[in-house]
Amino acid sequence: MIRLENVSMVFNKGTPNENLAMKEVSLEVRERDFITVIGSNGAGKSTLLNLIAGTYLPSRGRIFINDRDVTRDPEYKRAKYIGRVFQNPLLGTASNMALEDNLTISSRKGFKGLKISLNRARREYFREQLKPLEMDLDKRMKDNVGLLSGGQRQALTLLIMALSRPTLILLDEHTAALDPKNAQVILDLTTRFVEEYELTTIMVTHNMSHAIKYGNRLLMLDQGEIILDLVGREKAELTVDRLVEKFHTIRHQTFENDEVLLSNDSDE
Amino acid sequence: MVEGILLEGLIYGIMVLGVFITFRILDFPDLTVDGSFPLGAAIMAQLILRGTNLGLALLVAFIGGFLAGCVTALIHNKLKVPNLLAGILTMTMLYSINIRILQNRANVPLLRTETILTRVTEMTSGFLSQDWAILIFFVIVTLLIKFLLDLFFRTDLGMTLGALGNNEQMIITQGINPENLKLIGVGLSNGLVAISGAFAAQYQGFADVNLGQGIVIAGLASVMIGEFLLRSNRIVVLTLRVILGSILFRGIMYLGRYYGYLIHMTPNDLKLITGLLIILSLVITRLRGYRFRVKP
Repeated sequence: MIRLENVSMVFNKGTPNENLAMKEVSLEVRERDFITVIGSNGAGKSTLLNLIAGTYLPSRGRIFINDRDVTRDPEYKRAKYIGRVFQNPLLGTASNMALEDNLTISSRKGFKGLKISLNRARREYFREQLKPLEMDLDKRMKDNVGLLSGGQRQALTLLIMALSRPTLILLDEHTAALDPKNAQVILDLTTRFVEEYELTTIMVTHNMSHAIKYGNRLLMLDQGEIILDLVGREKAELTVDRLVEKFHTIRHQTFENDEVLLSNDSDE
Repeated sequence: MVEGILLEGLIYGIMVLGVFITFRILDFPDLTVDGSFPLGAAIMAQLILRGTNLGLALLVAFIGGFLAGCVTALIHNKLKVPNLLAGILTMTMLYSINIRILQNRANVPLLRTETILTRVTEMTSGFLSQDWAILIFFVIVTLLIKFLLDLFFRTDLGMTLGALGNNEQMIITQGINPENLKLIGVGLSNGLVAISGAFAAQYQGFADVNLGQGIVIAGLASVMIGEFLLRSNRIVVLTLRVILGSILFRGIMYLGRYYGYLIHMTPNDLKLITGLLIILSLVITRLRGYRFRVKP
């Protein structure tokens, strides 16, 4: 359903800072895939998500969503089928507006008209949706979102994203800015929404054990290339040690410190 | 004296509502205002002299201001120019356009011509004094505009405008083109400013191309003074305090004009005072620790 064909991305082309961040990457994301993406800093994880989302337009190659060529579509157009959660919990919601207003804006994608859709029935619906988060947010509908904690805001962003039923969701280290307890809450919520709403997911993570534990498919990126793509049983039988070993055999190199490459902090 | 202050506060209050939309809601500091205020005045004056229907003339003034705002937003959106520069560009171009609208004159008097205000005083001449009739008229007009704005910001479109100023990424993630929203928001703001200019011209009895000088700063000062009066996140209160801030600002200006001589101040010092008021407001908010969203 999502297809990348030989996508390359060059930053600062023609300057001394020229940087080939993505090299001829091809990828086919199948429906209901839950892909975890790992790689060291600068491997191209965020570039990959930004290319799919349309934040960056690729230097070369084509991108298809449901067989439609979206290579040149700007981010806001693709956002109609793509849901996205960022590392920064502040990016998903508007702090200076009430919770119910945030939900109103996000409950339907695309340009909005002069309708006043926030009424009693709508509020009741939002309250029903907020209850399963078990954060008592259903009692704080009139509070400004700026008053919520990072974990609560990220949970809200996830809910907002799930409610719009996107074709694909992109999670860009969406638990990295949270404390361990909240990070776990958000991860549990993520898997629950992925199941419940049957979402196709790409999740970038710094945490190797998370990458192994979650999802049905694992991608490892290095220097702008996908060097490992494990699906199904291969993915299920993976351990941290085996993953590091695989990396070394592929790249024929050992890093002084693997922690730099892949953090194996299980409580990150 | 009090009626004068209230009147000016209400007439310019419509302009301050426009400034509030760009500076506070959209986070788009828009300087077009200095040009769209006299634009409204010029369109209104010219149409009055031609004998156009007064309501229609006001509508045309609004549309003129709206389009001026759209030009600024377009320059900013399409040429990726910073919003401040885009506003200055439009404002500068409007100076020439305003003179053209006024048939190559810098000033057009509206004395002894029928305006909306003379209509109002005629209609109420039996039971209200002229001053009170106009004051009541502007209370109604300004509150009506405030009420319509409150309603607009409760609509889905209005809410997305509110979110845009706070978090543009969220708007994009929701599949909305932020450029369109800026077009609507900055347009609406300048439409209101032009209406304010149209009324100011009728109130003062002339339209002048220099009517707009320093209007943005006066508007911003009014917005900031208002923010000291009430604290809230509800749009109804936010727009109310904009109008109250406008009235208070006109009060301060009035004091400066009529009693400033006591401290050797002349009317020429009013712009300095306005600027110092803004700086003072910024200092106080900093000391209080509020976070303000005025970007340089």
